[in-house]
Formats: sequence, C-alpha cells, structure tokens
Amino acid sequence: MHRIPVKPVPELVRQAAASGLGPGRRGEEAAGLAMAAPAVILLVAFLITPFALAFVMAFTNQRLVSPNPTAFVGTRNFTQLLTVRPFMMAPLTDPESGATLRDDTGAPVYPVLRDITRRNPDYPQFDGLRELASWQLGERRLYLLASDVVFMRALRNTMLFVLVVAPTQATLALMLALMINQRLRGVNIFRTIYFMPVVISIVVVSLLWRFIYSPGGLLNSMLTGLTFGAFTPVDWLGNPNTALGAIMAMSIWQAVGFHMVIWLSGLQTIPGVLYEAASVEGASALQKFRHVTWPGLRNTAVLILVVITMQAFALFAQIDVMTRGGPRDATQSIVFQAVQRGFERQDIAGGSAISVVLFLLVLSVSLLQRYVTRERAR
Amino acid sequence: MSGRMVGARNERYRVAWRYALLIAVALVFVFPVVFMVVSSLKPDLQLLRDTGSLRAFLPVGDISLDNYVAAFKRAPIGRFVYNSVLVTGLTVMFGLFLNSLAGFAFAKLRWRGRAIVLSVVIATLIVPFETIAVPLLMMVNALPWLGPDGLTFGWLNSYRVQIVPFIADALSIFLFVQFFKDLPDEIIEAARIDGASWWQVYLRVIVPLSGPVFATAAILKFLAMYNMYLWPLMVAQGETYRPVMVGLQYFFQLNVAWGEVMAYLSLITIPVLVFYLLLQRAFIESIAASGVKG
Repeated sequence: MHRIPVKPVPELVRQAAASGLGPGRRGEEAAGLAMAAPAVILLVAFLITPFALAFVMAFTNQRLVSPNPTAFVGTRNFTQLLTVRPFMMAPLTDPESGATLRDDTGAPVYPVLRDITRRNPDYPQFDGLRELASWQLGERRLYLLASDVVFMRALRNTMLFVLVVAPTQATLALMLALMINQRLRGVNIFRTIYFMPVVISIVVVSLLWRFIYSPGGLLNSMLTGLTFGAFTPVDWLGNPNTALGAIMAMSIWQAVGFHMVIWLSGLQTIPGVLYEAASVEGASALQKFRHVTWPGLRNTAVLILVVITMQAFALFAQIDVMTRGGPRDATQSIVFQAVQRGFERQDIAGGSAISVVLFLLVLSVSLLQRYVTRERAR
Repeated sequence: MSGRMVGARNERYRVAWRYALLIAVALVFVFPVVFMVVSSLKPDLQLLRDTGSLRAFLPVGDISLDNYVAAFKRAPIGRFVYNSVLVTGLTVMFGLFLNSLAGFAFAKLRWRGRAIVLSVVIATLIVPFETIAVPLLMMVNALPWLGPDGLTFGWLNSYRVQIVPFIADALSIFLFVQFFKDLPDEIIEAARIDGASWWQVYLRVIVPLSGPVFATAAILKFLAMYNMYLWPLMVAQGETYRPVMVGLQYFFQLNVAWGEVMAYLSLITIPVLVFYLLLQRAFIESIAASGVKG
C-alpha cells in the first residue's frame, strides 16, 4: 500500500473542490451513501428494528412459539406489571356492638388478606393482587398490594443498586484517580493493576466472588482472622439482608478502574499552572482540590454519572451467575426478569413490556441527570 | 539535627506512606485473581481447607495441573475456545471495516441526509443492549438464510447469529468520525485531484493514517465480544456454537468441582490478562476514548 504524497494544491482548484464543483468532489453523493449504507443498514436491522419491535410486542400476547395467533391486548401487559394499590385494613368488628374483635391476648383480629384479593365482590379492584409490603398504623394495617410482586422487587432492587453504586463508585474512582495522579516513581504500575478487573469478564468475576462470599469462603475467614475469632461467618449471598449489598460491592470492585481512567483523563486536562499558582498563594491540599481540581472536573463528573447509571441499570450477569434473583427475591433485577420471561418462559410480550419500562426509566433518568447538571453549570 | 534533614526525613516518610497505601489498594484488586490461579493448581480438598488461611494465596502443598486435565476431559474446551476466537475475530474484523467506512462517509463526504443519519446513529448509544435482547431473539428466530442447505429460516444455534448483529456498532462509528474529522481535508483533495476514487482515498490515505483509532475500536470490540454472556446464552443452546463464557455451565452440574472451575476460569482469563498487560497503554487509552461518548 503506497501513500499518496501530500502536495500543495493551487488555491483556485482547492476552492472549486470545496464548493463541490471541481473534479475533487465528483461522485461524492453516491460514494457517501454507499460507504455509510452497510453499517447503517445493519444498525437499522439489528438495533432499531428490535427496539421498535419491543414497543409493538409489549402490547400483544406474543410468545416465542405459540399455537394461537398473535393479538393486540392493549396495555394489559403494563397494568399486569405495574399495578400497585394501597389498602387500609381495619380490624374486624362485632356486627351488633360495633366493638373491635380481640383475641385472648387483647390484640385486634384482622380479616384474612387472601379473602379480600380472591374474587371478593366488594373489592374488585384488589382481585388477584398480592402483598408487597405492610405497615401497622395504630390498630389499622396499611397494605401495599401489587399485581406483580416479583417485578416490583426487581424494580426496587435495581433502583437501589443504581442509587448506591453510581455515587459510591464515582467517588471511589475519583479517589483512585487522585492517588494515581501523584508524581511518584512507578505509579503507572498501580494504574495497570487497578484497571485489571475491567478486562476480566463479569461472569468470571462473579464466579470468583461467589466462592469468596460462600460461608466457608475467603471473606469470612479473613474477617474471622482479623477479629481474632469474634466475627461470626455470614452466608453473604444466601442471606436476604446481605445478598444485594454483596453484589453491589463486587460490581464496584470490578468496574471502578474503568471510571478511574475516565477521571484521570479529566484530571490531566487541568493545567499544572493552576496548581502552581495555588501553591504560591499557600493553598492547602484540600483547598486545591476544592478550588482547582473539582471545578476542572465538572464535565467529567456529569459523563461518569451518566455512564455508571446506564451500566448499573443493565444489572444482569452478576445476578444470573451468583443468585438467580434469590434469596427470597432479594436480588431480582429488571433485566434478569426480562430475560426470565422473554427467554426462559418464552413470553416475548412480557419480556418486551419489561424492556420498554427499562428503556423509559433509563431515558428519563439520563434526561433528568442532564437537566440537573445543566442548571448547575450555568 | 538540622531542619532540612528533618524535612527530608518527613518527606521520605510521606512517600513511604503513599506507597503503602497504593500497595494496600493494589492487593484488593489482585487477590481474587491470585486466588483463582493458585487454587487451580490444588486438589479440591486442599483448596477448600486453604481458604481459611493465607495459604489460599500460595502455591503450596499438593500442586499439580490435574485440574486442567480433568477440565479438558469434562468439557469440549477446545471447541469453546475456537468458537470464541472465531466469533470475536470475525466480528472485530468486519466491524473495523464497515464502521470505519461509515465513519469516513460521515466525517469527510457530503451527501444528503448525512447529518440526520449520524444523529440517529449517535442516539442509539443510549439504548442498552439488554432492552432489545428479547425482541432480537424473536427476530433472529424467524430470519431467513441462504446457505448450503438452501433457504432456511431461523438463525438460532449458528455462528452468524453471534456475529452479524454486532458488526455495526454506534460507538465505533462515533470514534471513527471523531478521529477522521481531525484529518486535514487537503490530503483528501490532493488525492482526488490525482485521480483517486473515494474508495482509494479511504484505503490509501485515511486507513494508513488512522492506526490509533483502529486499535481503540478493536480493543473495545474485542472486550465486548469475548466477554459477551447474555446473548450467546440465549442463542447458542447446543455445545457446537457455544463460546467460552457459556461453556462454564458444564462445570456446575450437581456437585461443583471447584478446582476444575478455577482451572477453566484461569484458562479463559489468563490470555486476556496477558494481552492486556502487553498492550496496557492502548487498553487504558481506549477506555478513556470511549468515555467521550456521553
């Protein structure tokens, strides 16, 4: 392959070429179309079409293989997913005196929830719903009833995951970036090490951590050793109270190096002169960070939050490998549910409806983030 | 003792303290990997016993490659590796070609509709793959293919279902557009006046000048493809077309042989790590470049 030498172009020819009249621009329209077409057609076929299909399928009863023809069912899939209704339950009363019925210990007696949600003609709006949560308010009970309790848990867990992981990971990544940005000999070796988990598959990482988190695993023996036996081993992934937290910690461990690198490239755009000026004026390290570093990182911060948030919403592989949504739905996630329904149960319509909900969620959160950060930048 | 010596000593303490912190954090990042490799060399009983002490990180006791031998007997690992390399390699190759070609058309050629098409391409960046996986599955299940068996329908269980949908990549196109935009127009015009076709301009002028962006796009695509999990899980049910990540399922039947699991994990991870360590600067710069996508 030989290079065509760069040579000065006479000004007139150059202008003619730039205006689209000269020989330099002949066939440009056709060439541009032809060169862009293959990639654009593939994107339309395998990204935009399925994306549009998700919106269509979500309003049908489509299954992967089905004897029945596909039919439109309106918003049924969405009401099935998203219906949540509060219900205030009063204790049972004596039909004659109107006094509250009490058991032997004096505690009020309540109707059985199942009698209300199972074809009760007095409460058609609660038909088929199940308990999502309940609170005791004085002698009354407030129930939150949902038509799809598992999906509601998935929604809650994913939101929680995003709300915890995005700020924690961004902060830790910034701290790592500041450590790496020091002028020390060999500091790039540490950059290489901190970044390493990013290139390892999340599946491999999840399996390793499954072992680390197991009751007789590394984490428990380390904690027992450090506390001289005072620590009682925990089944990190088997306990509903710790499982989601354990997955969050691992996810941060795996991806923090990625965002460290983005922070680093932001840090390196801040001119050194600013730090020298701050030093001359006797600024402390903390003051330098507040008045020089942080203002210079504003755009990077916006970018990092958006990227982490989008990645966190897609939470799937960790769940699939480590807990499959358990224990007791404590680690269900939106994407895991979409795959469960759309793929494992071949319920394409149900899976698509979840995909649409996820997309709308991601879109509104990233628009919100952009809006909030734009206000601040002014 | 003079003030300067005290200052120097303080400075030395401070540097030592910084290195200590850097090393402590480094241990947090390497310990699972060291544990993986070391454990792959131990028999199951010793492996489980050793997790209770620092021996978990040391290749001591009954060390052998038995787990690797057993892993190869248990699963068609050669097949999985071949599948992964083939799928990843072909996708990266076709992807580099078509995405750079499109990037060139968007950055340097003027044609009707290019601005709007480019903005649609960029907009697709906010669609997470996970949200289209289910409808895409339904779609590929019905797609036609003209092969040696004539016209067939349904792409499940094939190489093409793992390759074709991932060739075009909005992030790659975006990276190419950004890079090509900064190349001077004069060199293109000069080549055109010398009689080069647009195709020749792309091949002989643009490509030779664009090594760095090709490396960036290749690394990002390589990582995404090699580590892909959800899609092959859905579309490659038989072992014939399974890549390494999905092949893992072979090691989780009934009772898990952890030594073999660790051997398999090491086997599929170490090549990537070696590759990363050799090209670490390029890897890290690729990620930094992908960061501009917001």
